[in-house]
Amino acid sequence: MALPLLSRSLTGLLAESSSILQQRTFSVSAVAAAIQKMSRVRVVDNSSLGVTPYHRPPRVIHVYTSNGVGKVGDKVLLAIKGQKKKALIVGQKMPGERMSPRFDSNNVVLIEENGNPTGTRIRVPIPTHLRKEGDFSKILAIATAFV
Amino acid sequence: MAVCAKGLDRILFSTRLFQNLRLRNERSISTSLCRLAPDEKPTKFTPPPKPVVMDKTLTAESLRKFLSPEFIPPRQRTDPFKFYMERIDMIRRRKVLTIPEFYVGSILAVTMADINASGKINRFVGICTQRSGKGLGATFILRNIIDSQGVEICYDMYSPRIQKIDLLRFEKRLDDNLMYLRDALPEYSTVDQDMKPEPFSLTGEVPLNDLKVKMLPKPWSKRWERPKFNIQGIRFDLSMSEKKMEHAQKWAKPWDEYDMLKEYDTSKLEQEILSEVQQEMSKQG
Repeated sequence: MALPLLSRSLTGLLAESSSILQQRTFSVSAVAAAIQKMSRVRVVDNSSLGVTPYHRPPRVIHVYTSNGVGKVGDKVLLAIKGQKKKALIVGQKMPGERMSPRFDSNNVVLIEENGNPTGTRIRVPIPTHLRKEGDFSKILAIATAFV
Repeated sequence: MAVCAKGLDRILFSTRLFQNLRLRNERSISTSLCRLAPDEKPTKFTPPPKPVVMDKTLTAESLRKFLSPEFIPPRQRTDPFKFYMERIDMIRRRKVLTIPEFYVGSILAVTMADINASGKINRFVGICTQRSGKGLGATFILRNIIDSQGVEICYDMYSPRIQKIDLLRFEKRLDDNLMYLRDALPEYSTVDQDMKPEPFSLTGEVPLNDLKVKMLPKPWSKRWERPKFNIQGIRFDLSMSEKKMEHAQKWAKPWDEYDMLKEYDTSKLEQEILSEVQQEMSKQG
């Protein structure tokens, strides 16, 4: 009779301690990593889709690379305000090469299916090595600052 | 006959000397006359060269002795000759590029070659938040906030792409690593892009800025209150309760300071390397 009681109390104790442990290891801050599926991103152009507030942050639902990891210059598919929209990564938290900028947020610019930008102005500085990555002349043309 | 020739020679020499003297006198007189001449048109005013004020109190002894931290090799079993070779290359680079004495917390402007930038040149101004790496691979990180977007660039100090390093503000902060500026209010890492260099002295102590920063609300990228960071420059009283601060002390390792295996006294090594570097830097070519 005592044994089941003891075991029950033990399991309760274990469950409690495990919940505490989980609480300790669980972190809500974003990790400084490259962009993958379900990454929250910041839209930095002035398109109406990106500027108007919404209760859910835009998330990456697909990365158009062979390995599924997005870096600056890669295209992604966003879930933004209940819609699907393509975007281009123009800044990342993860440190890249030496002498290249690292940003405090993962920045994207919304683009149409044909690659033209949706907005008319980019509000934050853009890394210069985006010029090397590919042909984004229309996006580079609406940038205000380079770093 | 030979004696006669010698005497003639001497006379010729003395006359030449005399002529030379006269010539010099004439020249000096002529220049003064030239200025007085009324028919000469007044030339465009050119300001005289700025007088160079030589501070006699500045001697080699009174100058601050400084050895950049990347000169000190890490404590490991690698052949010291490797670090000696690297030091030679570093000194060769320093003869071409002036790398000023700076500390974490100083404000720098770095001009580097960038084939993608307009004009092939990229200039970035920011506060130095971290220095790391030893030898030729030494790096430093500059941080700034541009258009309310935090930007950091990690520079290789001895990279051939770097063209110029300007020291805009010379000061130290309370900590040797200012990575917590990422979680601090943006005003603490905002630096004006067109900042003018502030004067600083080459003697005496390095100015210490004992600024304590206010942090953004939690969560932070790291738990800066933990004893392993040993952060002095954060106003913890604004963002953490007394109880939480006490709780963070649970991770303290007070026995570490008595661990003799972790001791690395570089003072003697520093003296040796400093004299070596000064000797090499004073050599020409």
